[in-house]
Amino acid sequence: MRFNIEVKIRLKKGMLNPEAATIQRALALLGYEVEDTNTIDIITFKMEEDNIRKVKEEVEDMCRRLLCNPVIHDYEIKIKPED
Amino acid sequence: MKVGVIRFPGSNCDRDVYHALKLVGARPEYIWWNQEDLSHLDAVIIPGGFSYGDYLRAGAIAAITPVMGAVKSMVEDEKPILGICNGAQILAEVGLVPGVFTVNQYPKFNCKWTKLKVKTRRTPFTSLYKEDEVIRMPIAHAEGRYYTDNLQKLWDNDQVVLQFHSENPNGSLDGITGVCDESGLVCAVMPHPERASETILGSADGIKFFKGIIEYISRC
Repeated sequence: MRFNIEVKIRLKKGMLNPEAATIQRALALLGYEVEDTNTIDIITFKMEEDNIRKVKEEVEDMCRRLLCNPVIHDYEIKIKPED
Repeated sequence: MKVGVIRFPGSNCDRDVYHALKLVGARPEYIWWNQEDLSHLDAVIIPGGFSYGDYLRAGAIAAITPVMGAVKSMVEDEKPILGICNGAQILAEVGLVPGVFTVNQYPKFNCKWTKLKVKTRRTPFTSLYKEDEVIRMPIAHAEGRYYTDNLQKLWDNDQVVLQFHSENPNGSLDGITGVCDESGLVCAVMPHPERASETILGSADGIKFFKGIIEYISRC
């Protein structure tokens, strides 16, 4: 079966996010007063696997081994079978 | 005395490090990212640059290359390993030193001379300095802000190697910009000792990093 995978990677709560802070200051320059600005990385890909459980196992592994740094990141995985 | 200088696609301080090693009488050897056996080397240096375009996170992709497996074997064999700038980011990503070097507090590529305090002499690279000696070496990075979730352990275990002196240009925790593993043999520093290895460059304060390797190897 073919699956569509989305991995969302964000900084752990409380971690400094200089990119988000800069975006927020830039928005203020345009007159938009916003709060709690955040940036999140989204990585998407497709993969072929027998079942959704195996996909989840493999993607978890990818997150631990490469996609995230556990010291600073939290991640969220979404898996959808392709129609 | 063979000292490896690892090259990844995107490394750009490899020749400077090679030159500094020559200055102290070592026999440097370039090592490519896919080499799996480094057992013939006495020590290894991972130079600065932008390996794999800094994609994903600085050092993340270099961290999973075959040569880093070989570096882990060298660590088991108790051989000295030094990571400079991108090399430091790689060692942190591999988990050979604690913490991470992440995006600078202010969104700026920081390229300047800095004053640094040598916080421990127990690594081969800092053994020739005095404790708390203030030295001058340049930094050049956008992702150098040191962060760890266990700062106290780092101080308790004497794993802080370099600390910014009189300023904190990237927002590092406690101004830390060089750390080592518990043994002291694996050392990761953001400043560039090779760019401060001759007076003509503006400072020769960094040359002792390389002399220290030679001294350590000849003692073993």
